[in-house]
Amino acid sequence: MTVNQSEIIGHFGPYGGRFVPEALIEALDSLTKAYEDAKADPAFAAELDYLHRTYTGRPSIITEVPRFAEHAGGARIILKREDLNHTGSHKINNVLGQALLVKRMGKKRIIAETGAGQHGVASATAAALMGLECVVYMGEEDTKRQSLNVARMKLLGAEVVPVTQGSKTLKDAINEAMRDWVTNVDSTHYLLGTVAGPHPFPTMVRDFHRVIGVEARAQVLELTGKLPDAVLACIGGGSNAIGIFHPFLEDTSVRLIGLEAGGSGINSGKHAATISGGTVGVLHGTRSYVLQDENGQTVESHSISAGLDYPGVGPEHAYLSDIGRAEYQAITDDEAMEAFSLLCKTEGIIPAIESAHALAGVMKLGRELGPDSTLLVNLSGRGDKDVDTAARYFGLPL
Amino acid sequence: MTPLSQLFEKTRSENRAALIGYLPAGFPSQQECIDAITAMVEGGVDAIEIGFPYSDPVMDGPIIQAAADLSLSQGTGAREVFSTLAAITHMGTPAVVMTYWNPIERYGVENFAHSIAQAGGSGVITPDLTIEEAQPWRAAVKKEGINSIFVVAPSTKDDRLEQVTAECSGFIYAASLMGVTGTRTTVSTSARDLVSRVRKVSSTPVAVGLGVSTKEQAHEVAQYADGVIVGSAFIRLLQESQSMGEGLIRVRELAQSLAQGVRR
Ligand SMILES: Cc1ncc(COP(=O)(O)O)c(C=O)c1O
Repeated sequence: MTVNQSEIIGHFGPYGGRFVPEALIEALDSLTKAYEDAKADPAFAAELDYLHRTYTGRPSIITEVPRFAEHAGGARIILKREDLNHTGSHKINNVLGQALLVKRMGKKRIIAETGAGQHGVASATAAALMGLECVVYMGEEDTKRQSLNVARMKLLGAEVVPVTQGSKTLKDAINEAMRDWVTNVDSTHYLLGTVAGPHPFPTMVRDFHRVIGVEARAQVLELTGKLPDAVLACIGGGSNAIGIFHPFLEDTSVRLIGLEAGGSGINSGKHAATISGGTVGVLHGTRSYVLQDENGQTVESHSISAGLDYPGVGPEHAYLSDIGRAEYQAITDDEAMEAFSLLCKTEGIIPAIESAHALAGVMKLGRELGPDSTLLVNLSGRGDKDVDTAARYFGLPL
Repeated sequence: MTPLSQLFEKTRSENRAALIGYLPAGFPSQQECIDAITAMVEGGVDAIEIGFPYSDPVMDGPIIQAAADLSLSQGTGAREVFSTLAAITHMGTPAVVMTYWNPIERYGVENFAHSIAQAGGSGVITPDLTIEEAQPWRAAVKKEGINSIFVVAPSTKDDRLEQVTAECSGFIYAASLMGVTGTRTTVSTSARDLVSRVRKVSSTPVAVGLGVSTKEQAHEVAQYADGVIVGSAFIRLLQESQSMGEGLIRVRELAQSLAQGVRR
């Protein structure tokens, strides 16, 4: 049997695909089919849309931030407010979509991985809403730095399992979730939280987040009468970024810029900037850029932001980078925290530290392009969960 | 024909199953791994699977994860895997490498197959390489004349079982259950069903792995399969023993007992 790579669904150029134990193929095939059926069923879209309007709080608004923009070359800066969604980030868009699919598939148990805890909270929320059992895997390190979200998940009725293997962070939580899934695949859906993993996840999760870009594109057009010059978003696995980028892909005048977590700087080796500082490899079931050593062992990532602290990245971003349609830059911890503080003090909005990476990116770009430019930023989440980390960073007494 | 294929001809003619033992390279250390494998072979293990320790082993339970972590912390990499492989094949024991896909891709697909052949290895087991992604590997394996061994699972449907087993040579790795590696008190009944479904579509030998740890389990599996794969049980003995000397004695004893089990 010969298979032409480019003809297989689930690939983005040479990236994507499925690198998983054979035991999972049947589950991935039936998930793909359930998703295709749902896409073709207007009732599914209607139900998701209803949930988004009456539960998530969609459409999310856009906010122009002129006082912040004074520090960004006076560019016109517009934020897409995913931080105002129920549960506090964009993650709910994907979670509600997949949870509806779980109901269609007749499964009763969901498992999820979480780094910052936002995806875990969103999953626990959807499980409570739909009467599903929910187990969230979270690296032991992350349970410490995001203890508020651990408590939230427990209040919502989910079981939180601290993962003590490996580096005790997000990548190990994904490993443990995959082991659970291999063992319990008949009863369980793995509700993956970003645009990584084996097909159909990168495509399906992207589609559930496209609503961000679809709304924002129309909102910016209405506000300014034209398309923005650039769209910026932070990159962990890449879900909030692909969600806002995708509806702009054909608009070739619009630059798409992903901001990766540069940690202490790429040269320090302590970062999570997978495209800027990684190499092509396979991790967690997909081919993309990976932080790895010469033996193909995954290297630990570092970032002040738990949600960006991941040594992989979604395969579609790898492809968009290679073909030059999107650009990827690294933002250091310090740059992100400066932007974090600035948004708090100039606009009264406390952003998630993840999203602060996108804000730091727009400060640089605004200074480069000046007042004639219009820049759209995805504010992927709010910073309540990060108050502890930020207070520590700025040396505030707790 | 690889030494592995010759082994299965021999065990078939002896009306028994082959006993295949697994250990990660570099566990507990580079030399002690070879010592443990020597003990396994002295006890009656017919072929060896050398694991390439990997940072993100999603198919493995806690026992193998811990062994791989220890090995990685001592710096085990491709060079150590190949030198361990060569040491085993020099003893005249058929051997394969079991590895997740990324280390192969990183090393270079063609180079990896070549280094396996150079070290006298019979082939490679690839637990997370799907047939859809296998094109470059298929070509490399063919060029080097080594075996490619894919894993099939109880959930694999019949039409796909036919496709996956058609890609296998040497043997077909049948995962006895839906789950990860580790010791289990019983061998899942799904193993027997899976092997009988494989028999309908392929004449390649079938070896059963995942959860086999005792003579009784080996005996049960040997009734219907061509090979019995034991990994975690050996590793656990080494992890539990107070000294390497004690570990080697216990590994040899387990191998002897399993070797009796695979004789029908
Ligand atoms: C607020 C927020 N933004 C961004 C991310 C990063 O994920 P992704 O790149 O998939 O959007 C996270 C992940 O936890 C998050 O909580």
